[in-house]
Amino acid sequence: MTRDIAVVAFAQTDVLRTTDELSEVEMLMPVLHSVLDRTGLKTADIGFTCSGSSDYLAGRAFSFTLALDGVGAWPPISESHVETDGAWALYEAWTKLLTGDADTALVYSYGKSSPGSLRDVLTRQLDPYYVAPLWPDSVALAALQAQALIDAGATDESALAAIGARSRQDATANPHAQLSGPVRQGDYLVRPLRTGDCPPIGDGAAAVILAAGQRARELCERPAWIRGIDHRIEAHALGVRDLTDSPSTRLAAEKAGAFERPVDTAELHAPFSAQEVVLRRALELGDDVRVNPSGGALAANPMMAAGLVRIGEAAARIHRGASDRALAHATSGPCLQQNLVAVLEGEPR
Amino acid sequence: MSEVLKAPLVVEFPFTRSLGPVQSAFLTGLRERVVLGVRTSDGRTLVPPVEYDPVTADELHDLAEVAPTGTVTTWAWNHAPRRGQPLTTPFAWVLVRLDGADTALLHALDAPGPDAVRTGMRVRIRWAPERTGAVTDIACFEPYDGGPAPLTGRTDGHAGPVTGIVAAARLDYTYSPGRAQSAYIAGLADRRTLGERCPSCRKVYVPPRGACPTCGVPTADQVEVGPRGTVTTFCIVNIKAKNLDIEVPYVYAHIALDGAGLALHGRIGGIPYDQVRMGLRVEPVWTQDARYPDHYRPTGEPDAEYDTYKELL
Ligand SMILES: [Zn+2]
Repeated sequence: MTRDIAVVAFAQTDVLRTTDELSEVEMLMPVLHSVLDRTGLKTADIGFTCSGSSDYLAGRAFSFTLALDGVGAWPPISESHVETDGAWALYEAWTKLLTGDADTALVYSYGKSSPGSLRDVLTRQLDPYYVAPLWPDSVALAALQAQALIDAGATDESALAAIGARSRQDATANPHAQLSGPVRQGDYLVRPLRTGDCPPIGDGAAAVILAAGQRARELCERPAWIRGIDHRIEAHALGVRDLTDSPSTRLAAEKAGAFERPVDTAELHAPFSAQEVVLRRALELGDDVRVNPSGGALAANPMMAAGLVRIGEAAARIHRGASDRALAHATSGPCLQQNLVAVLEGEPR
Repeated sequence: MSEVLKAPLVVEFPFTRSLGPVQSAFLTGLRERVVLGVRTSDGRTLVPPVEYDPVTADELHDLAEVAPTGTVTTWAWNHAPRRGQPLTTPFAWVLVRLDGADTALLHALDAPGPDAVRTGMRVRIRWAPERTGAVTDIACFEPYDGGPAPLTGRTDGHAGPVTGIVAAARLDYTYSPGRAQSAYIAGLADRRTLGERCPSCRKVYVPPRGACPTCGVPTADQVEVGPRGTVTTFCIVNIKAKNLDIEVPYVYAHIALDGAGLALHGRIGGIPYDQVRMGLRVEPVWTQDARYPDHYRPTGEPDAEYDTYKELL
């Protein structure tokens, strides 16, 4: 296993509260064209395609097969799909490239949350025997985690508000963000979380192109080399876990090599303000690390794409020389249940 | 451009799930107002119980009773209960470690307000009056001032164990088919069939989905196709579908409407089922107020030459 693989292009849509006028494939197509254009590649040049999405969001069965229309799946292509965030699709594509079966991969993901009620929809990913029958929504579960952190003395409500405010301030430099600039911290949604501690609900899509070795150098001036990726999961029963910690993130980071040398940037997928506190602790990020310069998930959290966007944002910073070594994190499930960490590096300039 | 359509869409499913021995014991216990946990090899008691140790992955089966009283380990105040949640009045979500357990159970706590709730507070189970063997047999928790309640001493031998649950779910959506399909549906209201031409390969897609699956580019150039078309292939349906008022056998066919770059499908009528053939020329038959053709019937024209539709099979 000696192949070097890099993110060579990244594109994302503006994240919007509703995109009624667009079908999923219509929302997705512009970003597919955008990443292909950036590399000069055509669909036929791509060795492997992998996507992430969930039919539950829009309530449309087999929507990922329809989304393939935007890729151009004729003549037949080598394709796969994961029913979760596109960061995990990128992981699958990375392993595919490692095997040598392909030299390039297109990874995309999308989510339209606007047709349904996201807080209700997300209860369907919970344990169906003991938890889902109670319909605890995503905000409620995140609020339990936030209170546990407050009780542990790891944060307080004003510190949480500051995380939201910083994220939206940083998002003023991100034209794709859904919320940016000063946003009212608002009332409690589920105490102790206020509106400002919670992510906006939005529709969006993202796409990335990976390439191996010399091919990456041909396609990108400064490839974002993936030095390691790993993903880990915690026990599904919330009451078994210490919600103030994220051992799965720490282990994934360790396996991805994140602790070998300091990173200068971290794109963390922390949809709720308190989760950034958990992740910073688990990843041992110092104050000198630039966290979520894009604004992060508190500024735009398109389900199934927000994790891939973290990898894309980290890579784009390396592409343009704003970072030399960046950490990207993606999460899925309640209270940071599943976590993926990637370490990206640019070559010395 | 015509307006984008929207309609309510309800997705509802009553998943029937079977229980393993551990989950069955726990839910049967709740029905009998007994709370059971499961012991791990290192002596912890997990409540709610699981079949495999989350740390060692060992299979677990050693049931142990715990008290219906416990301590809140974390909480969140829910001032606006949502559909399906345990209480309809404002309540606290809580993780509760029951006396005798080492892990916590998620449920609702009935309390007058957030000021009455804190981590570390003592609570006890309020049982649902009607219990069926489900986690909702615990109606909620309520504040409780005291030590561990006594155990019943029962861990098995319940008559008629619960072996399954029905996990009912309902999700409400507002469905929108997007721009391209809205235009198609709006066209059908005028009994016109509208496709979209790919700017690259020039194929006309019907129904259009806004993208050419061959070229992966947006389609936008609207084209009216049909109304007549050619049967490209077909099958004979011999089994009556539930709630479908069509006599069997009948013919279901792929029909390439004139001008379309691919075939759509429809039922063929007005001709005995065993006389339908590839190349048969057909036209749509609309019934009163229908939003799409009821079926297609022969036009009486000579059959189309194979070469004219062989790319559309
Ligand atoms: Zn085309």
